[in-house]
Amino acid sequence: MGLVIFYVKKLFKIFRNEVLVLPSRVVVGLFFIVLLGLPLVTQDPYFIRIIILTSIFAIFAASWDLLSGFTGQMNFGHALFFGVGAYGSAMLNIHFNIPPWATIPMGAIVAVLAGLIVGIPCLRLKHTYLALTTLAFPIILLGIIIALPDISGGELGMTGLKRITESLLGNYYLHVGVFLVLAVIMWEITDSNTGIIFHAIREDELAVKASGINTVFYKLLAFCLSGFFAGIAGGLYAHYMRIAGPSTLGVDQSFTVVIYAIFGGAATIYGPIAAVFILFPLLEVFRLWPEYRMMLFAAVVLVILLYMPEGLIHWIRDKIEKECPRCKIRNIATRKTCRICTANLD
Amino acid sequence: MDILITGLITGSMLALLAIGFSLIFGVARIINIAHTAFYMVAAYGIFYFSIRLGLNPILSMLISVAFVTLIGVLVYKFIIDPIREHEGAVLIATMTLAMFLQEVILQLFTGDFRSIDFMIGGYFTVAGYKIFYQQLLTFGVVLIMLLAIWFLLMKTRLGLAIRSMAEDREVANLMGMNESRLAMITLAISVALAGFTGAVIGPLMVLNPHMWMEPLIIMMAVVVLGGLGSIKGSFIAAFILGFTEALVVFLVPTGAFLKGPVALIIMILVLLMRPEGLFGVAFEEER
Repeated sequence: MGLVIFYVKKLFKIFRNEVLVLPSRVVVGLFFIVLLGLPLVTQDPYFIRIIILTSIFAIFAASWDLLSGFTGQMNFGHALFFGVGAYGSAMLNIHFNIPPWATIPMGAIVAVLAGLIVGIPCLRLKHTYLALTTLAFPIILLGIIIALPDISGGELGMTGLKRITESLLGNYYLHVGVFLVLAVIMWEITDSNTGIIFHAIREDELAVKASGINTVFYKLLAFCLSGFFAGIAGGLYAHYMRIAGPSTLGVDQSFTVVIYAIFGGAATIYGPIAAVFILFPLLEVFRLWPEYRMMLFAAVVLVILLYMPEGLIHWIRDKIEKECPRCKIRNIATRKTCRICTANLD
Repeated sequence: MDILITGLITGSMLALLAIGFSLIFGVARIINIAHTAFYMVAAYGIFYFSIRLGLNPILSMLISVAFVTLIGVLVYKFIIDPIREHEGAVLIATMTLAMFLQEVILQLFTGDFRSIDFMIGGYFTVAGYKIFYQQLLTFGVVLIMLLAIWFLLMKTRLGLAIRSMAEDREVANLMGMNESRLAMITLAISVALAGFTGAVIGPLMVLNPHMWMEPLIIMMAVVVLGGLGSIKGSFIAAFILGFTEALVVFLVPTGAFLKGPVALIIMILVLLMRPEGLFGVAFEEER
């Protein structure tokens, strides 16, 4: 009994001293709670549907960040992975009658292979060459898909996919749950040694090479991991919308994910997620003025960008938190002294 | 013969677009996604001035090029210049700008397909094939523009400044060049080139607000294939891809949708052998 109380007290202490002291951590906690508790408040199908799509695109944007934000391998063709995931799981579902819970991971594995196929030739390219070349891959695949209408459904896409579950709440918790789990996994990857190496490759690839690290392996790893997560997003999307169409491979798809990720703040994982959770519902709000929808969206992004060129989340985080100059630990902006080393802030 | 004409026209269009794109990339390291959006705006400008307002085609062409250049300069001053240090931000600023222009055009002119009258009517026949004077005019104008750009870059002080800025920004800055102003001038030139392309090609194309997407991709392929910053490379690559597209369209029945993918596959194959493009210089990595 005493032991249990000890652990409860310890947990509470950790919660109070590590989570409550920083507003960003509180926000993340609240985000989890709100997302999981939302169906208790409203069960409006439209609302639920938007949250589901938002979480799918959040996975997608975060996977772009994992590759391009962290390793600096600018990928303008990220829709490739999304489309391969969508088409891969759709084909397995329709042609082989494999149930959706199995096709989505298999689609993701096909996307990993796509990551390898793209990644290997791209190892020789750098910066802008890489960005402009990757843009080509989804378009090539799109050409192949339209050329083979018997297998891929041609321009109409593949329709009539099965959903994993038909119930509203089941769908909600499935997609949101997968999103939260994958987001935490991606965050853990970027926080681990691998993530540090990714970061280092972006800053200075030559120095990383000189430190005896196999950058080729890590770059390919980044392509594969990112392809895997984007592939899952694509598979979820295809099965939720019950269609895998050419739009999943479109140029706009590649561009919007870049907009989401950089708008939120690249190389953070939570930045792109936050950006999707802000911008995607915003796009739905703009349906009130359907003809000006994309124009308003573009204008909002442009204006916010002018004030926060580093990304929304970086800007907000710098406003509410300060980094201690001595021990580099983050503090809430209202404190005068650092909470760990009591050095004077600012 | 059709292949030859279409190839020449597409190639020259791509060449002009690609040169503008690589100019601004070379000087300011801006990947201007909105480049072809300016091309679209100029084509619509000509449509508006010559058909809606009934102005002389040549005059309306000049007005729309000037108008597009003005937009370009304003965009640089108010949107791109304040966030120049943040590469990612500039990138998505140009992306959203392209979307914005597309939507504005969509609102003003609706999504209908439009066409512009030829500036010079009539055609002559060579070996049984019709060649419109407009096509000849387009090709001639493009060649003149290319020569003008070459002259500007190689023989004037401004061209010298642009080239030196592209070669080494820091040293050029140290030599007392105003980097921001030079970038603005280059952007103006590059946007004017895009506008000019739109204005000349416009009569040969069907206008719709989404017409910027396809040339954007092929233009990027041209720039990469030719080597970033190499005008000669862009020129040759543009004609390679232009003829490829024409060949695919005419030789593969119902294969018009394949023209982009085939051109891109060629680009990737070349890049596998020469990662810096056909005529690119493998410059030392900036650190």
